[in-house]
Amino acid sequence: MKTFAELLDRLLLTPSRNGKLMLIAAYLRETLDPDRGWALAALTGAVDFPAIKASTVRSLMADRVDPVLWTLSRDFVGDTAETASLLWPEPEPAPAGPPPTLSEVVTSLSQVTRAGASQVLAGLLDRLDTPGRYALIKFATGALRIGVSARLAKVAFAQAFNVTVDDVGEYWHGQSPPYLPLFAWANGTAPPPRTDLLPLFRPFMLAHPLEDEAIDLGDYVAEWKWDGIRVQLVHVGGETRVYSRGGDEISSSFPEIAAALPFPAVLDGELLVRGSHQGGETGGAASFNALQQRLGRKTVSKAMLAEAPAFVRLYDLLIDGGEDLREHPWTERRIRLEALIPRLDAERFDLSETIAAKDMEALAEIRAGARDAAIEGIMLKHRQSPYVAGRRAGLWYKWKREPLLIDCVLMYAQRGSGKRSSFYSDFTFGCWNGDPDAGAELLPVGKAYFGFTDEELRFLDRHVRQHTVAKYGPVRETDRSLVFEVAFDSVHLSKRHKSGLAMRFPRIHRIRHDKPAHEANRLEALRALVT
Amino acid sequence: MATPATLAIMAVRYGVADGALPAEYHEPVALGGGVTATFLPAGHVLGSAQILLEHAGERIIVTGDYKRSPDPTCQPFAVTPCDLFITEATFGLPVFRHPPIGEEIARLLAACSANPERCILVGAYALGKAQRVIAELRNAGWHDPIYLHGAMETMCRLYEELGVPLGDLRPAAGVPKADLAGAIVICPPSALNDRWSRRLPDPVTAMASGWMRVRQRVRQRGVELPLVISDHADWDELTATIADVNPAETWITHGREEALLRWCEIHQRRARALALTGYEDEDD
Repeated sequence: MKTFAELLDRLLLTPSRNGKLMLIAAYLRETLDPDRGWALAALTGAVDFPAIKASTVRSLMADRVDPVLWTLSRDFVGDTAETASLLWPEPEPAPAGPPPTLSEVVTSLSQVTRAGASQVLAGLLDRLDTPGRYALIKFATGALRIGVSARLAKVAFAQAFNVTVDDVGEYWHGQSPPYLPLFAWANGTAPPPRTDLLPLFRPFMLAHPLEDEAIDLGDYVAEWKWDGIRVQLVHVGGETRVYSRGGDEISSSFPEIAAALPFPAVLDGELLVRGSHQGGETGGAASFNALQQRLGRKTVSKAMLAEAPAFVRLYDLLIDGGEDLREHPWTERRIRLEALIPRLDAERFDLSETIAAKDMEALAEIRAGARDAAIEGIMLKHRQSPYVAGRRAGLWYKWKREPLLIDCVLMYAQRGSGKRSSFYSDFTFGCWNGDPDAGAELLPVGKAYFGFTDEELRFLDRHVRQHTVAKYGPVRETDRSLVFEVAFDSVHLSKRHKSGLAMRFPRIHRIRHDKPAHEANRLEALRALVT
Repeated sequence: MATPATLAIMAVRYGVADGALPAEYHEPVALGGGVTATFLPAGHVLGSAQILLEHAGERIIVTGDYKRSPDPTCQPFAVTPCDLFITEATFGLPVFRHPPIGEEIARLLAACSANPERCILVGAYALGKAQRVIAELRNAGWHDPIYLHGAMETMCRLYEELGVPLGDLRPAAGVPKADLAGAIVICPPSALNDRWSRRLPDPVTAMASGWMRVRQRVRQRGVELPLVISDHADWDELTATIADVNPAETWITHGREEALLRWCEIHQRRARALALTGYEDEDD
């Protein structure tokens, strides 16, 4: 636990990607099995002890620290695990024996019941110092948030053992912590783990945003970027699994999809719900809002299946039967995909059509009209591109439509967490419900916590502190003097908000120092943009 | 009116003030109207004082900034009974516990010997913190020259004139890069990530501050070696001081008043927050 705690602390204080890679690689090389496997699982978010929740930690602290002092401390520190590690009362007398190892922690926490969790966790915390307690809580609750992505951990793994990142990504998904076969393969003491017999997730191919690159439509094919969720369908050995973008299995949320793929294949597509919002072709799709109703459900009712039936608009074919097509060019995969379509249930699957345009100018015009179709934008795929994991320069681009913009007034602010823990960085903003000179009010229309630079953040933090008119716990109400230009992808009707509107993906686009608050937009301007 | 050491510091910082009256520790001064003021050591920095105001048997103490942990550069905080105690609360949250300074100095020296090719650049407030860190390094047996950012020099010289020996101090400016390998350099916090530090050989960025107790604060400052060293009372010192002084009523200001107020409530002590605006900056 001590070396793991040190790793976490040093990762947190090392801003450079290379520095982080070196720290993780050294740790993986120098630490023994199975501890290093558990650490790797923690870094990639693969640790889960169902009996330990964030609430377990909170209730443990509630027995030891006054609730008001806890709340004030938590608000200041901005991190539950760190607050708990700092406030944990040192046991008296000091515990005998060494602090627990990671594998000892795993053994005790995986056997524990929900009822016994508090006591076991408390016993472990008693045996650790402050950094150790922080690491333990982060490990046990599975939320490290130390600026290390699963991708970074895999690159570090590849560097540590001098293997390729693509191989690491491929063999990873069949394995569970502490990844003993993966380490054995990387050490050269065992053959690679087999992946073809299991319904495994293959890492998605992703796109770079299109900026200034010159695109020749002779080399690239254009396709709509549908506004649903990206999914991968894997059928092996009579079983179909549906995976989300991050590799999480979501088959049980979409049983009708899982049941509709009857033959061995790995497919890439966009999961959508039937409706009339998106696209005109065979059976349109509903807006993202409709799909949202179906996300995150463990089981789905019959009514839900009838009311919001899902289907997949197919983009790509990775594996056809037993044949891996990922090395083949897009054009070949596309032909194989089109050949597959007649064998699929048309209710559940269709093909993402390519867009015919003679040049980028013509395509830009088509893209400008895409707003009404509630489409996210356009994808540009190199016709010769193999299917490779992650973002590769020059292969795929996403060309999102321009965001919508509206001027809103800052109303409330709250301190952020993580590296923004001391900064007022979560902003709630509103629009006028009428003429502000005739006594209209501001109603909140959205919340955003990004889009600004670090320098703008310092300005905003100062603004909030100097313009506070009231405090509600951690929330500060400001004097409503600052105007933001807010960018967002779309806006929908919502019963949850007093304004009746909910923005999708709002971010602070610009701070309008020049604009007085009463000139910010009214609700009707936002309502006119509803899709 | 200020202690002679404070007047000397003010003269160096702001120039000599006309009509300044020196007030010695523990010597009551009549202010008129039956009120006397007595300056008492606060243990914050050289010359720092609490002020005891007395009128018709009623006693009020305004602490100013203070700490209780030992400091070789100034006199320790004098616990003095009073009716109304007005205390600072910079670190008024139970998460703030400053470890014994010896532990932090040992970590600094360990980083120094672990990085013989680099130098350790310590960000420390120019008044008090820098001199305390230097004096504690000397106590720990570090007698090599300590290099200073230009902004530190006058204050260090003044401390020495006022009787606080700091050993061999040299300006960092003009020293060849190679000669600073393995050395300790002290600068104001604002210079840590400034262009100024580019002249140093791959410095290990250290910062001596009570805020270094919280990881995300360390991260925000881009600090590699956090040293939890503060000239303000931590939570334990604040609560212990209220208990030691045992006033009939406590007013809390300059910091996180709410938590200390809550502590007083739990311990059935009369208290209120004295909300002064404009004091939310977190310098230490």
